[in-house]
Amino acid sequence: MPAQVITITSGKGGVGKTTATANLAVALATEGSKVVCIDGDIGLRNLDVILGLENRIVYDIVDVIEGRCRLKQAMIHDKKLTNLYLIPAAQTRDKNAVSPSDMNRLVKDLRADYDFVLIDSPAGIERGFRNAIAAADRVLVVTNPEVSAVRDADRVIGILEAEDKGPGALIINRLNPILVKKNDMLSAEDVLDLLAIELIGIVPEDENVIIGSNRGAPVASDPKSKAGQAFRNIAKRLKGETVPFLDLESSDSLWERIQRLAGRK
Amino acid sequence: MNETNSSIQIKGLRDGLLVSLDDAPWEEQRTIFLTQVDAQPAFFKGARLALDVASQVLHVNDLVDLRDQLSERGIFLWALISESPTTEKTAQLLGLATRISKPRPEEARQTSMVGQGEDAALFLDKTLRSGTRIEFAGNVVVLGDVNPGAEIVAEGNVIIWGRLRGMVHAGAKGNQDAVICALDLSPTQLRIAEEVSAILKPHEHSRPEIARINQNGKLQAEFWSPG
Repeated sequence: MPAQVITITSGKGGVGKTTATANLAVALATEGSKVVCIDGDIGLRNLDVILGLENRIVYDIVDVIEGRCRLKQAMIHDKKLTNLYLIPAAQTRDKNAVSPSDMNRLVKDLRADYDFVLIDSPAGIERGFRNAIAAADRVLVVTNPEVSAVRDADRVIGILEAEDKGPGALIINRLNPILVKKNDMLSAEDVLDLLAIELIGIVPEDENVIIGSNRGAPVASDPKSKAGQAFRNIAKRLKGETVPFLDLESSDSLWERIQRLAGRK
Repeated sequence: MNETNSSIQIKGLRDGLLVSLDDAPWEEQRTIFLTQVDAQPAFFKGARLALDVASQVLHVNDLVDLRDQLSERGIFLWALISESPTTEKTAQLLGLATRISKPRPEEARQTSMVGQGEDAALFLDKTLRSGTRIEFAGNVVVLGDVNPGAEIVAEGNVIIWGRLRGMVHAGAKGNQDAVICALDLSPTQLRIAEEVSAILKPHEHSRPEIARINQNGKLQAEFWSPG
């Protein structure tokens, strides 16, 4: 089966695109899929750090596009997972080093041999974002339960619709059920009410995410982490499985309502 | 008046200009066209422009960029003619006319901006997301929500069959009788003619509301009561 090409984007910076990409890549690879992730944030690369592969970079995506190396040479093998690869961004170039058609060509060469190609988009809606969505079959929009992040997600969804990339599916990242309960944070329901797109996962706030990112060991490989569990569930949903949403705060009809909302088209 | 420069044709219409581009790459065409405009600023300044883009496929951002660049040069883009359905849809989304044989907005304004019912209306059956701006020289009807960060500027009335949470300006050319109504009126800001209002309380249970300028000249919203 040819690869699913999935771009992870958000509009706003700092909402957890790169963390989500790394965790989904690890979760999918742990389940046995062959996964390549591509860091689309040229000039501000991070995905290599979060995956703990920084010190293995020899060639990067711009080297491939400009013909200085073969595609395979730029694909860095993960430390533990034998079926996970990273194509890192160039740190010393900028977004203009790559065009949307370059991305299409690069991804085309990967489609036949892998199950998933995950592209980590930079923040913003300019060139880098356009590059990142050019080859996508499907787009995941990451947002936080904050007004500004939701506003930017809405803008990005509008652009995706205008570009015929579909509305995308939503990941609500860093939800804090205690703050929601105290009415100090937007609930998942509030976010969905505005964005009105398919929900593919809710990731609770979890300090292990930061610890994992700093150590280069994403939480998706930590069986005890709730955020890790949420990312593993999203990975399953990407593979077409039906997985119930996590019960982040026990006993409340809110989650039933979210599930109902998530099911709506 | 007829002028030809490479693939770009410029024709005079009764009340404006018709510029025809061809299918060469869009960026190239756009650059050539703008260069030509900049070469004769006096000729173009203040013009009402209809643009024929052949079968170019243009998305919202392409058109918004062009419209901004034209507007900086004092040119008003009011119509976009295209053979591509995608481009037509984009143009409609931006409130541009897609046929120039239709009554022009200019005429609609003269004949019926004060009266109600017969005005030209733009109908949009989709949710307007952040970053979308609709400008129309008549009434605007939306079947869907208007999200925060989306803007509608209409010379007539604006009717939202959905939740209004963005910015709407009705009666943008000064029509004090214009109204704005929505099933749930919780806008970032409302404007009718010259009046601006941002003090519309959030409701626990939304009910249809209508906003208009009252006898004291203030913009005010009240619940909709049929009949």
